[in-house]
Amino acid sequence: MAVDHFFFYLALLGYLLGTLHYLLHIASQRPSLGRVATYATLAGFGAHTLSHIFRIYTLGRPPLGSLYESLSFLAWAIVLIYLVTEFRYGNRVIGAFVLPMVLLAGSVAAALPRRIADLGPTLQGVGLWVHVALAILGNAAFALTFCTGLMYILQERQLKSRHPGRIHFRLPSLELLDDVGVKSLLFGFPLLTLALITGSIWAEYTRGSFLPLYGREAWSILSWLIYGGLLYARLSAGWRGRKAAILAIIGFCLVLFTLIGVSLLRTGRIL
Amino acid sequence: MEILVVGLSHKTAPIDLRERLNVPEQDLPRPLEMMGDSPELVERMLVATCNRVEVYAVTEGQVEKAAEAITDCLATYRNLAKAEFVDRLYTYTAADAVRHVFRVASSLDSMVVGEPQILGQVKAAYSIAQAREATGIILNNLLEQAFHVAKRVRSETGIASSAVSVSSAAVELARKIFGDLTGRSVLIIGAGEMAELALRHLLDDGVRSVLVANRSYDRAVALAQQFSGRAVTFESFRQEMVGADIVISATSAPHVILKKEDMQAIIHQRRHRPIFLIDIADPRDIDPACNEVDNVYLYNIDDLQSVVEANLKERCREAERAEAIIDREVGVYLNWLRSLDVVPTIVSLRQRVEEIRGTELQKALGRMGDLTPEQREVITAMSHTMVNKILHQPMTELKRRAALQDGHLYTSVLRRLFGLEEKQK
Repeated sequence: MAVDHFFFYLALLGYLLGTLHYLLHIASQRPSLGRVATYATLAGFGAHTLSHIFRIYTLGRPPLGSLYESLSFLAWAIVLIYLVTEFRYGNRVIGAFVLPMVLLAGSVAAALPRRIADLGPTLQGVGLWVHVALAILGNAAFALTFCTGLMYILQERQLKSRHPGRIHFRLPSLELLDDVGVKSLLFGFPLLTLALITGSIWAEYTRGSFLPLYGREAWSILSWLIYGGLLYARLSAGWRGRKAAILAIIGFCLVLFTLIGVSLLRTGRIL
Repeated sequence: MEILVVGLSHKTAPIDLRERLNVPEQDLPRPLEMMGDSPELVERMLVATCNRVEVYAVTEGQVEKAAEAITDCLATYRNLAKAEFVDRLYTYTAADAVRHVFRVASSLDSMVVGEPQILGQVKAAYSIAQAREATGIILNNLLEQAFHVAKRVRSETGIASSAVSVSSAAVELARKIFGDLTGRSVLIIGAGEMAELALRHLLDDGVRSVLVANRSYDRAVALAQQFSGRAVTFESFRQEMVGADIVISATSAPHVILKKEDMQAIIHQRRHRPIFLIDIADPRDIDPACNEVDNVYLYNIDDLQSVVEANLKERCREAERAEAIIDREVGVYLNWLRSLDVVPTIVSLRQRVEEIRGTELQKALGRMGDLTPEQREVITAMSHTMVNKILHQPMTELKRRAALQDGHLYTSVLRRLFGLEEKQK
């Protein structure tokens, strides 16, 4: 087994332990379990970083050339953004929602073929790597927007029902969820915009067409429009709360479809 | 030596009896002194709150006699006939007594399970007894352990995490909407006791600006001054709602003063910032349909009441987890208590040495071949004398030390040095 695969499995183990302990933490509300969750996730993140470094060393290029590599990088980016959030807000409940998603992304990646893709000359070049990395980082931020949106809806329903139950006590305040939601959106949107610009430039250079409006690119633009609309509504019209959360959820479903669905539909080119 | 608890609480005695037996904190030393006169009660302390009057004691004699001494003391001190309360008393001994003290300190035995005052009351009662040298090594350790258990229960279970009064429930809901309440603003419409109570809770939590609207402007000014807030005219309350985060409505209006349409207009002007409406008026001030507007959270007094009831149920569930913690801690304490007991240590030490003496004597006699009965007797006697002389000093010292503060150290060191722990198991 290659070194990078070994560290990748180690990372998955860390994320699995992290997921379990975040869930146990939210169920039992014991701070000690929450700390274990953070340490496990940090350890997983460290192993994951090493895995990327070794793969870069073997490949001689960024590990963004296949669906396995993209998903693995996405999982890594989500963990990075989540850990920053956890340290800034001092709240571990969000982890119980984010880490299962990371684990899922990592496990799907693990199930995919990991042979080194033979990329043609058109699929090489710095422009493409920058485009893909930016898109994945942006989408990782939206994963956090998605999770806090989901939590917002849950907490909002609890409060509106006027019979708040156990979930109510365990979830953070609406204010915090909305704040993390808008900040992750503000972080992710410029990245996605830059990704679209670099992608278009790259397409212009290699294929001579500026806006290839078919398949995956079309979906990307649709999700960019949704997130752009959401950001505009939030910043200018003061749109917040439930509707913003719902839109963030829809946007992320589109992102997932773009990343995985379209790739799988067009099996000829798994990128 | 036995730990015992004798007392009565809200579970066994009616309020008027509890009141008659209650001892105010400053009067606690007197009954402690009275109990000190009775030879049965080696250590003693008295916990008296409006919900319980109980004595924790250590006796070296019979438990029944000690319990009677306690009852006599309470009766004499409070001038009551024993018959009036004796059948309301409970008596716990050994593990049950330890468990009871832990449960009381952890607020599991309280009327409102999880209420925080009882721990402070037990601490105060303990320090009074300690200052009068009424407690010794056993009660000191029992109480220190009880405070440790209470802390564990508080941090490891949700027993005290949810609000169990209407006004604190309102504050908790506000926190789940706004997070930190520091710097938030609150608008009071109408004035009343409930509104003031809720307001006080909110101010404790960092709410800064207070606005008061009332039909009588003078009363609004008076209330506003009390909370260093600002009075506004009653007619302008809808306009003021644009800036407020929390609205407490408690007017005596016979009809609804805020309709859904008003609320929709207000929330639009607020740029959809969330608002928490607390309607504690009867009949209601705010149209229940306002809750349907996005970012509006409306609770009336019945809703808050049902939140409180749900929280109480949640506390009971958490209490079960607390009981498990207490079970383990009772075990820990009893182990310590056993190590304190010097008699079994002395017995097993003697047994141990006697075993060695017996086998070594047989070996030696076997190797010596033919000996006269007199010679055998001399050698056997010598082995006895040696063992007795060697053990004499440590045994006396151990018995003497056992009564002192660090007595358990000596027994446990001795047990380890001679490997007595394994023998017992």
